[in-house]
Amino acid sequence: MLDVGNLNHFMIDILKELGNIGAGNAATALASMISKKVNMDVPNVRILEFKEVAEVLGGEENLIVGIYFELTEDVVGNMMFALDMDSAINLTNMLFNRERNDRQLDEMDISAISEVGNILASSYANSLSSLTGLKIFISVPSISIDMAGAILSVPAIQYGHVADHALMIETTFEENQNLVTGNIFFLPNLSSFDKILTALGVN
Amino acid sequence: MEKNTIKVGMADLNVTKAPHLLTTLGLGSCVGITLYDEVNKIAGLAHIMLPSSKEIKNNENKAKFADTGIDELIKSMVKIGANKNYLVAKIAGGAQMFNFNSNNQMLKIGERNIMATKEKLKELNIRIVSEDTGGNFGRTIVLDSADGSLYVRTIGHGEKII
Repeated sequence: MLDVGNLNHFMIDILKELGNIGAGNAATALASMISKKVNMDVPNVRILEFKEVAEVLGGEENLIVGIYFELTEDVVGNMMFALDMDSAINLTNMLFNRERNDRQLDEMDISAISEVGNILASSYANSLSSLTGLKIFISVPSISIDMAGAILSVPAIQYGHVADHALMIETTFEENQNLVTGNIFFLPNLSSFDKILTALGVN
Repeated sequence: MEKNTIKVGMADLNVTKAPHLLTTLGLGSCVGITLYDEVNKIAGLAHIMLPSSKEIKNNENKAKFADTGIDELIKSMVKIGANKNYLVAKIAGGAQMFNFNSNNQMLKIGERNIMATKEKLKELNIRIVSEDTGGNFGRTIVLDSADGSLYVRTIGHGEKII
């Protein structure tokens, strides 16, 4: 039985590379959107136990932003982009050229964050698509701002069907003083996961 | 005696005696199932993720599923002195955190978790005395083993005792 807890180094390297290409594309898109230089760290692929997942984002009750997408065509499943409030505020500061950190997100901010989530998710889907030759369609985003535990229960449950661990790609972007750490959960259904591994020649 | 608060994680369960508290933080589509024996002042809490252990091959973790989670919770409560016939239930969670127009069964997992929980409790003749379920927001719950009260806290949707 497949469990992401048992993924070997080779597969993790592939996922890391995928994250790298995806994040690179996303950083380029972000930079051209705001006409500024955006730096990016090498993504970190983390395999987490369910109980550790929320801790990455500041604990179960911490307020976070989650953006959720549906994947269809050759790869069926979901993708989720999650970020904590500091990152969300920094991201909007980056986009709107502001410096204040002591503020709440307004409608405009939420819409902008959704859009960046969309760019990021599309970048990952595109890089996966070109690596595997599989066709992937991505839905419009659905956004939720709530407790980390509640939002992250969604990817955890999807992993829960096949595993006791969840796989997360952590990417940090930096523009001037604004640090944004985004966490991507890639959630293909079981047959799509097989399809991807087969296309990559690791199955 | 000093009150301790025992934390129950995702796909986990625990039991305690008065005066201690049981809590689980940030329930989303998962369901928090609490059982209480008022006579012996014994409380139990399970944080389940999925409706049925029968639909899934990887089902060793009993606390992950509504069906086996409830069985296991009762077993653990009886072990520390609870009487199965005295148990009543309170449930919370089962939200749908994201909205799509499509008919994705995955998104309705909260609803299915609640249905499976109710079915299992009915099968065992355990009465549900109160619930705070559904919606599109997260919940933190705290069960007081002194009186069986269940405190529900949210972000932006108030707090209450059920």
